[in-house]
Amino acid sequence: MNNIIVYAETDGGKICDVSLELLTKARGLAERLGVDVEALLIGSNVEKLADELYAYGAKVVHLADDPCLEYFRTLPYAAITLRVFNTEKPQIALFGATTVGRDLAPRVSSALKSGLTADCTSLEIGNHTDAKTGKQYTNLLYQIRPAFGGNIIATIVNPEHRPQMATVREGVMKKEPLAEPVKGKINRIDVSTILVDSDFAVEIIKREIEERKIDIKGAQIIVDGGYGVGSKENFSLVFDLAKTLGAQVGASRAAVDAGFVENARQIGQTGVTVRPKLIICVGVSGAIQHTAGMDQSKIIIAINNDPQAPIHKIADYSIIGDLNEVVPKMIASYKKQSK
Amino acid sequence: MSKEFKIVVLAKQVPDTRNVGKDAMTPEGTVNRAALPAIFNPEDMNALEQALRIKDKFPGSKVYILTMGPFRAAEVIREGLFRGTDGGILLTDRRFAGADTLATSYAISQAIKKMAPDMIVAGRQAIDGDTAQVGPQVAEKLGWPQVTYAEEIQDIDENKVTVLRRLERGIEVVTSTLPCLITVHATAAPCRPRNAKMVLKYKYSRTANEEKDPLNEGKYAISVDEKPYLRIQEWTVDDVGGDAESYGFAGSPTKVKKVENIVFKAKESKVLSGSDADIDSLIGELMANHEIG
Repeated sequence: MNNIIVYAETDGGKICDVSLELLTKARGLAERLGVDVEALLIGSNVEKLADELYAYGAKVVHLADDPCLEYFRTLPYAAITLRVFNTEKPQIALFGATTVGRDLAPRVSSALKSGLTADCTSLEIGNHTDAKTGKQYTNLLYQIRPAFGGNIIATIVNPEHRPQMATVREGVMKKEPLAEPVKGKINRIDVSTILVDSDFAVEIIKREIEERKIDIKGAQIIVDGGYGVGSKENFSLVFDLAKTLGAQVGASRAAVDAGFVENARQIGQTGVTVRPKLIICVGVSGAIQHTAGMDQSKIIIAINNDPQAPIHKIADYSIIGDLNEVVPKMIASYKKQSK
Repeated sequence: MSKEFKIVVLAKQVPDTRNVGKDAMTPEGTVNRAALPAIFNPEDMNALEQALRIKDKFPGSKVYILTMGPFRAAEVIREGLFRGTDGGILLTDRRFAGADTLATSYAISQAIKKMAPDMIVAGRQAIDGDTAQVGPQVAEKLGWPQVTYAEEIQDIDENKVTVLRRLERGIEVVTSTLPCLITVHATAAPCRPRNAKMVLKYKYSRTANEEKDPLNEGKYAISVDEKPYLRIQEWTVDDVGGDAESYGFAGSPTKVKKVENIVFKAKESKVLSGSDADIDSLIGELMANHEIG
């Protein structure tokens, strides 16, 4: 009771990254609150995925596994979610801000009259005093999200209603399994006691879904590696920093041509144009063919030991230093400060 | 035998967030709407087009816009009339103010119960909040099925509607029973332009409050008694009934605790060394501003 429930979304028979990111985040929140993390898993033939949810910290997996649930449909999924929330009374419920999460979560929150904050980029636990009544609340979920085209960051709270519900975009939080996995348990939900004929008012008559490809276009944070990284092996530094920050990896044409990374990551005139909120350019010289594809990023950080490198001209922050030292320091600094 | 459908389009007048200035938010953390140009929410335009196409295909069908906002939000209803709708309702009342998505959807669902359409079509989300919540919440309050992320309403008959949905990495075609609510994605067809004849006909359409506004004195030569189609209806809480506590600020479970303007100190390049202290302060600053989570 009063735990945190993460909706475990599946895609092509796998748990979505965003759900694992949410479980990782939920562990930190749960520790602050002294409660447990649980997952809600709905689908067909998905029981085998529970182990992965345990590995990311779910102590209980609420499982609704039935052939009629093979593909997401709002009404049956919402009915099951409502049943679980009404029984378990979680204090926090988190969903990915995907087409599924942004369809399901508002439907559920409306039925519970609980309130919902969309597309959060950060979640914290903190106290709150109501400005009008002076009433004090402890340990609320701060739901932090950009508003107004990203010019403003709003912190939303939900003082009186439970669960406190939020959706979170993929790739803004880090994903990290437990160091020592603990076997959780299944709470099997009998869907025949929940679903009624009218829950199947929407029928899917065709689905065409492409395989997931590397897609750096929609990334909020990109670590952008250049030829200066030096080798394919040394590109692991770039990937490590990206993994730590929940970022995607991009690269310059020179780095792609040298075979350091695959083509799909190429940014610039002959690659893709990106506009993330943060891009960290590692060993990128800053040729115009490259910067044309990323100079509209909101914040640009350049790491290059050559103070004359053109990338510093467009950077908001220029770190003049050896990337082999600076990147590990950034990883360590982030890990230290995010504790 | 073709059927006639009654369709309500949910539309919102929104501040144009592509042109946001420093005074966009009040110190209390609410939107300072007066400081921003107001536009017809873009995806609601896509929704309007889908509704008008059904009217084209099934003559006798009616399309109405339902909106909620201050008096000046009547503008979106006029925009609809200029493009071929049959009328609209403006929900306007101080008691609706301060509403989050839940309280907004309650007000809209109460109005829908009174309007009793066969279908609701709305934009997926509004550019001021980007929440995409009001559509599904209205559907839930009415107990109707919802179809989100629609790119095209492909077919409709007395019993069901067929919709092409645009998902993250593909498409889905679904059917839904009626009545239902559909939210339309930006990849749907753009809305048709204003029709010159309709602009002439409805140019002076107005709400009772617009008529009373001293700024409009002398503007309306033809009386609404003479041409009743010029009247745009306004509804208040009293018109839609329901539970008074579910409206506005009181009916909103979510509260804005804090609003921060994100202005980074270094707009011209800030040069750092690779020292531990510099790296720690940079990472700390990025975390404090929620640029990294």
